[in-house]
Amino acid sequence: MTVLGFTAVVAIVSFAAGLLGSLTGLGGGVVLVPLLTILFHVDIRYAIGASLVSVIATSSGAAAAYVKEGFSNIRIGMFLEIATTFGALLGAFLATRIPTSALAVIFGAVLLYSAYLSRKPRPLDQRNLPLDPLATKLRLNGSFPDLEGKRDYNVQHVPTGFSLMFGAGALSGLLGIGSGAVKVLAMDQAMRIPFKVSTTTSNFMIGVTAAASAGVYLSRGYVDPGLAMPVMLGVLGGSLVGTRILVRAETKSLRLVFSVVILVLGLQMLYKGLWGKI
Amino acid sequence: MPPLRVPARPPEPFQPQAWRDRRLELILGNLLRAGVLLSAAVVFAGACIYLTRHAHEPANYRVFRGEPTDFKTIPGVIRSVMHGRGRGLIQLGLLLLIATPIARVSLSVVGFALERDRMYVMFTLIVLAILLYSLLGSGMGG
Repeated sequence: MTVLGFTAVVAIVSFAAGLLGSLTGLGGGVVLVPLLTILFHVDIRYAIGASLVSVIATSSGAAAAYVKEGFSNIRIGMFLEIATTFGALLGAFLATRIPTSALAVIFGAVLLYSAYLSRKPRPLDQRNLPLDPLATKLRLNGSFPDLEGKRDYNVQHVPTGFSLMFGAGALSGLLGIGSGAVKVLAMDQAMRIPFKVSTTTSNFMIGVTAAASAGVYLSRGYVDPGLAMPVMLGVLGGSLVGTRILVRAETKSLRLVFSVVILVLGLQMLYKGLWGKI
Repeated sequence: MPPLRVPARPPEPFQPQAWRDRRLELILGNLLRAGVLLSAAVVFAGACIYLTRHAHEPANYRVFRGEPTDFKTIPGVIRSVMHGRGRGLIQLGLLLLIATPIARVSLSVVGFALERDRMYVMFTLIVLAILLYSLLGSGMGG
């Protein structure tokens, strides 16, 4: 394929991934690396570098819209970013040392878990949780607008959430993804942060987390301008269009389609990794 | 906490956090968007130059070779932009993109300092240190 053809096709695929990712709320980054490696036979290291860059773009691009809604909690975000950036730095250094087949296997496992998680109904927000002394000391508790006006929430299990976010950061640095799946585990299930707050806050965090590993990737020569360009512009464009046309009614079937895509890609990555085809 | 009930009149305008927190977040959100749009514009300009010059060459990413110094250090990128190279301009746009969240964290330090929140000034400085280490300490300074 010529450079022009390759750029055009990758840009279209990235646009679709960004669009679907933002419409379903599952994130586009997670399908990009497998698509680039399986469909376009791109070396997984180049694919991870390009995907990481696009993750920063979508996170920062959506931040302005999220902030206006008033759901995100800047203190929770900053506190947990200590864990995610540390993890991301570690993940990025690991990525330069472990074999690509192992990367593919880990990637496959994360995809399968994401597919499983996207089919599971999310846990109901629990109200009137007790005050946690550590969360109070760290001033993590907050409130957000709800149908009844203002709703307060108390953050739980801070150490568990913090450690899980370290893992989320490490996966993000290792695989060049936003790690939405681990974030659900940490913020929604462990820390019991209401869904709206955790989603918008984690979007804020993803960009900072990805920036922590992007430096390492760039300096190691994993970010190729010819590949990162169509990926970044495509995903950014797709996600910006996605946030504009957010049609709630159709997201249910769309989510199903997208989780099947994630499942198939996950199996492919596992197969390629285990049989050493990557 | 009182039991939840449906209010008889529309709820009052909601204030999610302290006024300054909210204002700070709005500024930060807009800064992020501006940074992304600027970097996308630079990447796009680089893409135009790159594609007009190399459109018909074969694209090959099957084999990992790693990027040349020109595309993986800050001085290298600046040098190749000076020479009018499209891919150098793309890398510059990507550097701007990486710098955007870092700028956001730096401004948060100021915001928390204005609120006299020492604990969060410290937390934010830790995050900033990690980010700067990644960008400059990993060999990208040149």
